[in-house]
Amino acid sequence: MTPVPVAMETPLVEVRDLAKTFDVSAPWLNRAVERKPRQFVHAVDGVSFAILRGRTLALVGESGCGKSTVARLLVGLYAPSAGEVRFDGADIATTLRSAAARPLRRRMQMIFQDPYASLNPRWKIEDIVAEPLREHGLAGPAAKRADRSSLRAAVAQLLASVGLAGADMEKFPHQFSGGQRQRISIARALATQPEFLVCDEPTSALDVSVQAQVLNIMKDLQRERQLTYLFISHNLAVVRHVSDSVGVMYLGRLVELAPKAELFARPRHPYTRMLLDAIPDIHMSGRARTPVQGEVPNPLNPPTGCSFHPRCPYANARCKVERPTLRRIETVQIACHAAEEGRI
Amino acid sequence: MNTPLLQVRDLRVEFATRHATLVALDGISFDIQAGEILGVVGESGAGKSLTGSAIIGLLDPPGRIVGGEIRFDGRRIDNLSQDEMRKVRGRHIGAIFQDPLTSLNPLYTVGQQLVETIRTHLPLDAAQARQRAVRLLDETGIPAAAQRIDQYPHQFSGGMRQRVVIALALAAKPRLIVADEPTTALDVSIQAQIISLLKRLCKEHGAAVMLVTHDMGVIAETCDRVAVMYAGRIAEIGPVHDVIHAPAHPYSHGLMGSIPAMGDDRKRLLQIDGVMPRLNAIPSGCAFHPRCPKAFERCRQERPSLVQAGSTRASCWLHASGRETRV
Repeated sequence: MTPVPVAMETPLVEVRDLAKTFDVSAPWLNRAVERKPRQFVHAVDGVSFAILRGRTLALVGESGCGKSTVARLLVGLYAPSAGEVRFDGADIATTLRSAAARPLRRRMQMIFQDPYASLNPRWKIEDIVAEPLREHGLAGPAAKRADRSSLRAAVAQLLASVGLAGADMEKFPHQFSGGQRQRISIARALATQPEFLVCDEPTSALDVSVQAQVLNIMKDLQRERQLTYLFISHNLAVVRHVSDSVGVMYLGRLVELAPKAELFARPRHPYTRMLLDAIPDIHMSGRARTPVQGEVPNPLNPPTGCSFHPRCPYANARCKVERPTLRRIETVQIACHAAEEGRI
Repeated sequence: MNTPLLQVRDLRVEFATRHATLVALDGISFDIQAGEILGVVGESGAGKSLTGSAIIGLLDPPGRIVGGEIRFDGRRIDNLSQDEMRKVRGRHIGAIFQDPLTSLNPLYTVGQQLVETIRTHLPLDAAQARQRAVRLLDETGIPAAAQRIDQYPHQFSGGMRQRVVIALALAAKPRLIVADEPTTALDVSIQAQIISLLKRLCKEHGAAVMLVTHDMGVIAETCDRVAVMYAGRIAEIGPVHDVIHAPAHPYSHGLMGSIPAMGDDRKRLLQIDGVMPRLNAIPSGCAFHPRCPKAFERCRQERPSLVQAGSTRASCWLHASGRETRV
């Protein structure tokens, strides 16, 4: 992709101080009897980023870090508790309540992790892929029964774009392998000719050779259609392959946001370094690793200050009490007192 | 030369179903030397977990061993009765499974489960067994082992539970551990801890490991040798470095090329078109031939067996007929 001067362009997707809190309290009777307070999980806690048109932002992190919640907030499956998501300049929470909701939905689509759960087993592939076309009235004016042939042609074209045969539309999901199903999900997502695709662990359930097929298709489609991706994954090697910039999340917060090359060449946040060090890689057999101690804390009761401080080798007194904010250092943004003070 | 700790020869496992008999493992042969770590890698349905289950005698019916033999320390174990096998399992061959929660009984404390396993296999009294259990938990890196031994599995996190499972597998000092996807259910940062723990403990206890996983990265960092499986057969087996960096079988070549790695800057990944065949439609000849870019007539007709191909052994006609040595 050709580099575009950053300042010249307005981002397609912009997220500002996004937060989502879930109420996970016990039922009120239990709370009354056992005198337990209400409990909240801050699944996403003040996340800000922007994605330029035609680019890919990847979010990485371990389970429970809030990356899938961000995905759902972006397509409007959850309403944010605070902050906003702007798509092409307009706040989506407001737009989704207005008459413009339908055109907006058409422009953003989502691909889910589990290709076994995201396709209706009782529907033929034709109906699955054509549903968004019907729903948005995209298969010609008044696409009723009479217009079925044009609908079928559109479905065949979509299937062809993901490397499946037109004849496959007569089949049911169980007749396909996991990788083929994921391609069907991609075809369905492409049906409305979206500009923005949110991909939540799209290849995590797939075998590596099939993962390669799906990743290659996603890259080809991006080039052909100028698609913008938010790519969510826990696999840093996959992220390195597909993304332009990478956001690293830990317990609901972004700890580092950097261009891909910068992040992998020079990870700055101690957590990013730990993640990079932890990954087994086929080119590094016999490498001596220093596995980091400790585990992700319980999100119900996150540590004070910087939530990474109990596991961080650079933590000091300030890290324990003061929460670091995301600050720009050269081309990267990082939330770390140690990096800011130049201690690492 | 010493007898290998584990010898598997021409192992064949079938599933008799109403419609047909499916051959899930077909002519699997390999050895594991004492203290060695052998990786078994392959995509879903390749039969890697099944090979592990066959060795520890835990094949689920209707699956059964119909041919070949498995020898542990020179003694045949594939034809043992359930009772005899139970004495081998745990005592001589330990097992670690993917999901640490289902490998532990939720109704007993971790200590009760460890003590039971220890006392079943080793002649220790209750106090000695408990002492050993605490030491095992301590060795696996569980903080405050003496207190946590009396807790229940649900009080442990995923990574900690897998440590308990490793302690259980090592409880009776087995000489071989079959680890089936031990880190797949864990987060990457925990994964690294568990892998290095497994590697260190098996070295200290002198146990060999058969590590079944689909993660080539884990294999690359952990194993001495690796077997690549495809459609119930071994496609290639050899030293881990050679199989990864100079694979002899076209399938291993495609598999390695399809993995995005940290050190490579390819625009596109190598892709093997098609999917692994189902068990009821395994192609004739070499099972990989419909997807193989180098297949020729003989591949469609005759099934290749493992032959020496440089430093590894591959079941591929390219090597048997001396056409080339590396793909």
